[in-house]
Amino acid sequence: MSDLDTFRADTRTWLEANCPAEMRTPLKGDQDFCWGGRNFVFQSDAQKQWLDVMVAKGWTVPTWPTEFGGGGLSRKEEAVIHQEMHRINARIPLFSFGISMLGPALLKFGTDAQKAEHLPKIARGEIHWCQGYSEPGAGSDLASLKTKAEDKGDHYIVNGQKVWTSYADKADWIFCLVRTDNTGKKHHGISFVLFDMTTEGVEVRPIKLISGRSPFCETFFSDVKVLKSNLVGEEHKGWSIAKYLLTHEREMIGGSNEVGRPLHEIAAASLGLQDGKLSDPMLRAKIAEAEIDEWAFNLTVKRKLAEAKAGASLGADSSMLKYYGTELNKRKFELMMDASGHDGLEWESERSNDGKVARSWLRTKGNSIEGGTSEVQLNIISKHILQLPGA
Amino acid sequence: MALVLNEDEVMMRDMAQGFFAEKAPIKALRTLRDTQDETGFDRGLWSEMAAQGFAGIVVPEEHGGVDMGYLAAGLVAEQMGRNLTASPFFSTAILAATALRHGSAEQQGEWLPKIASGDAVIALALDEGVKHNPRGTSTTAEPSGNGFKLNGAKAMVVDGHVADVMIVAARTSGEDGDADGISLFLVDPKAKGISTERTIMVDSHNAARIDLDDVEVSGDALLGTLDEGMNVLDAVLSAGRGIAAAELLGAGAQAFEDTVAYIKERKQFGAIIGEFQALQHRSSHMYSELEIARSAVVGALTALDAGDEKASQYCAMAKAKLGSVAKLVSQEGVQMHGGVGMTDEYDIGLFMKRIRVLQELMGDAHYHMNEFANSHSY
Ligand SMILES: Cc1cc2nc3c(=O)[nH]c(=O)nc-3n(C[C@H](O)[C@H](O)[C@H](O)COP(=O)(O)OP(=O)(O)OC[C@H]3O[C@@H](n4cnc5c(N)ncnc54)[C@H](O)[C@@H]3O)c2cc1C
Repeated sequence: MSDLDTFRADTRTWLEANCPAEMRTPLKGDQDFCWGGRNFVFQSDAQKQWLDVMVAKGWTVPTWPTEFGGGGLSRKEEAVIHQEMHRINARIPLFSFGISMLGPALLKFGTDAQKAEHLPKIARGEIHWCQGYSEPGAGSDLASLKTKAEDKGDHYIVNGQKVWTSYADKADWIFCLVRTDNTGKKHHGISFVLFDMTTEGVEVRPIKLISGRSPFCETFFSDVKVLKSNLVGEEHKGWSIAKYLLTHEREMIGGSNEVGRPLHEIAAASLGLQDGKLSDPMLRAKIAEAEIDEWAFNLTVKRKLAEAKAGASLGADSSMLKYYGTELNKRKFELMMDASGHDGLEWESERSNDGKVARSWLRTKGNSIEGGTSEVQLNIISKHILQLPGA
Repeated sequence: MALVLNEDEVMMRDMAQGFFAEKAPIKALRTLRDTQDETGFDRGLWSEMAAQGFAGIVVPEEHGGVDMGYLAAGLVAEQMGRNLTASPFFSTAILAATALRHGSAEQQGEWLPKIASGDAVIALALDEGVKHNPRGTSTTAEPSGNGFKLNGAKAMVVDGHVADVMIVAARTSGEDGDADGISLFLVDPKAKGISTERTIMVDSHNAARIDLDDVEVSGDALLGTLDEGMNVLDAVLSAGRGIAAAELLGAGAQAFEDTVAYIKERKQFGAIIGEFQALQHRSSHMYSELEIARSAVVGALTALDAGDEKASQYCAMAKAKLGSVAKLVSQEGVQMHGGVGMTDEYDIGLFMKRIRVLQELMGDAHYHMNEFANSHSY
C-alpha cells in the first residue's frame, strides 16, 4: 500500500468513528450551515461535536501548518479527506470565508503576528469573516474603489461604503479594501486592512435577495478606527493581495457545484421512468450532457490543482474554473427546475421544504456574478491566457 | 395571414398598455405579495378589467362579451406580462370562457355572462403530478346515481383557491395515456369531498392543489360530450398556450427593455457597460430572438381566430418558442444587471420568476418540441 492508500484507510476509519450520523444527512436549509463565529448558535449537539473533532484534528484546514491549527497535510491528502467525507455524505463542518479566502492571503502576505492572531481562530471557527470588496461604484471595476482610509499615525480612520457584503450582519471581522492614496493609477493606493465589525462607526443593512433571503448587506463606515497593525502587506499595495485572494475565492466558487444527489436521480424520482427512460427525451439528453460536463469539469479542477505547485494559486486558470463551474452550476439548477416541474415552483409549503428548490435555483444566478462576473473571467482569460490584442 | 395589427387592434393594445401601466403595475404585485393577500389579485381591478371588456374578450356578444378574439386577448396578455399583473384573466377569461363556449345552452347562459361581467372566477383543474400531461389524466369520474363520482388530485390549478366553479378533467374510460375517455365536469369547489390548498408560488401568482375524494356531481355537470373532453380541451389548451405565449412575450420584452436601459446607464471601467461588445452582441441576439418570438405569437393567435386547422399546433409551437426565448432574456437580464439583478428591489428577478412559471404552465418547451416531433412522425 502506498502512503496515500494508508492515509485513505486511516481517514475512512477515523471518519466512521467520529462523524456523527446526523452530520451525514443532506443540508436542509441555510440553518444547517455552520459558519462559526462569536454569535453562532449550533443547531444540534452533533453539529458542534463534528466541528470539535475536525478542529482537534486540524481538518477544517488540512493543508495549513499545524502551528496555525491546520493538519499540516499535502493537497493530495486533503483531497483524500474530501473524497472520504463525500463517500459518507459527511457535511462540511465549517463554512468560512476565513478558510477559503483570507487564510491563504494571510499565509502568503501576513506578518507572523497576524498569522498567529487570526489563523488559529479561523481554523477553529471562532471568528466569522466577511469580505469588504465591492462598492456601489466599484463592482467589476473593483480597483476604482473609493472607501477612504486616512493616515493618523498609528491608525487609519476609514470612511465609505461597501455593498453586497455577504453575511456582514453575522460576521465578527471584515477583510476590507480601502484607498490610502488617490494620487496615482487606480490599482495603486489600495490597502488591505482587517477590523472588528463591532468597532464604532460600522453599520450594516441587510439587502433582500430574489431568493427571499437576506444574506448580503450594505456596509457603512463612518470614522472607523483601524490600527496599522491590522494592515496586511504594504500600504498602497493591497491590490496584489486582493487579486491573490480572488483567485482563491474563484476556485472555491467554481468548485462548489452541488445539487445534492446526481441530477438523473433527482429527475427519475420526480418524473418517474417509462420503459426505463425519462419521458422527456430532451431533458434526458440535457441531463446526460450536464453530467458528462460535470465529470470532466471535476477532473479539470483536480488536474489543475495537481499541476499547481503545492500551496500555489492557479493564477488565471482560476478564472476558467470559476467561469465554467458557475455556468455549469446554473445549467444544472435549471435542469433541476425542469425536472421538478410544478413542485419546484412552490415557494412556501412544507411539502417543498419552504421552496428549497426554487430558492436554491435563484441563488445560483449569483454564482456567475459574485467573485467577479462571468464576463470579467472571460476578459481575464482573453488577456492573461490567450493574450489577445487589446484584451 | 395579417401579421401587422389593424387599427382596432392597435387601439386595443394602446388601451391595454395605458390601463395596466396605470392600474396594475409591478408595484401592485409586490403589494399583493408583501401583504400576503388572501385572494392573490385585486377584485377591484378585475371589475375594472371587465368594464374595459377584457374579461369578456372571447365571450360572444349575446352573452355580454365583446368577442374580439384571441389576437386581441393576446395584446391584453402581453401588457399583463409587461406589468406582471395578477388577475383571473388567464383562468377565467381565456381557459374557462373557451371551454364554456363548448357547453350546453344552459351552461353558456349561466356562466358566460358572469365571466364577461367579472362576477365569476373559474378555474381549470387539469394537470396532475409534476408536469403538464393532459393525456395522462388519471382523476376518475365513475357513474353514480344519475351523475358521477370524482376521485383524484389536481395540481397547478390557476386561481383554484378563489374559484366560484371549477372545470375538472377526469377519466371516464380508457387508460392513462389515452386521449379518448376524458370528460370535463363543472364542479362546485364547496362540494363535499373537495379539499383545496393554495400553493404560494415563486412568482407570487395564484395556484392551488385540489383533492377530490368521492365528489358527487349531477349528470348535467358534464361539459361537452362524455369521453370526448379532449376535443374541448384541445381548444382550451390552444387558447391557453397561445395566450401564455403572449404573456411571456410581454414579460420577456419588458425584461429585455429594462436590461438594455440598465446597460445604457451603469458605468464601470470609466465606460458605460453597454459599450462592451460582450454585452452588445448578446443584447442584439436577444432582440433578434424576441422579434422571431413575436411573429410566433401573432401567427399562432391569428390562426386561432381564423379557425385554421393547424392553429392548435401553431399555439403549441409559439408556447415552446416563447418559453425558451423569455427564459433566455430573463436570465441574461439578471446577469447583465450584476449584483443588483440579485436583489428583490429590482424588477428583473420578478420577471425571471414569472417567466419560469409561465413557461412551465401548459407544457414547457421540451414538452411541445416532443409533441411537435411526434405529430410529424419523426
Ligand atoms: C450572491 C453575491 C454575493 C456577493 N458577496 C460579496 C461579498 O461578500 N463581498 C463583496 O465585496 N462583494 C460581494 N459580491 C459582489 C460581486 O463581487 C459584484 O456583484 C460583482 O463583482 C459585479 O459587480 P457589480 O454588481 O457592480 O456589477 P457590474 O460591474 O456593474 O456589472 C454589470 C454587468 O456588466 C458586465 N460588465 C462589467 N464590466 C464588463 C466588461 N469590461 N466587459 C464585459 N462585461 C462587463 C458584468 O459582467 C455584468 O454583467 C457578491 C455578489 C453576489 C451576487
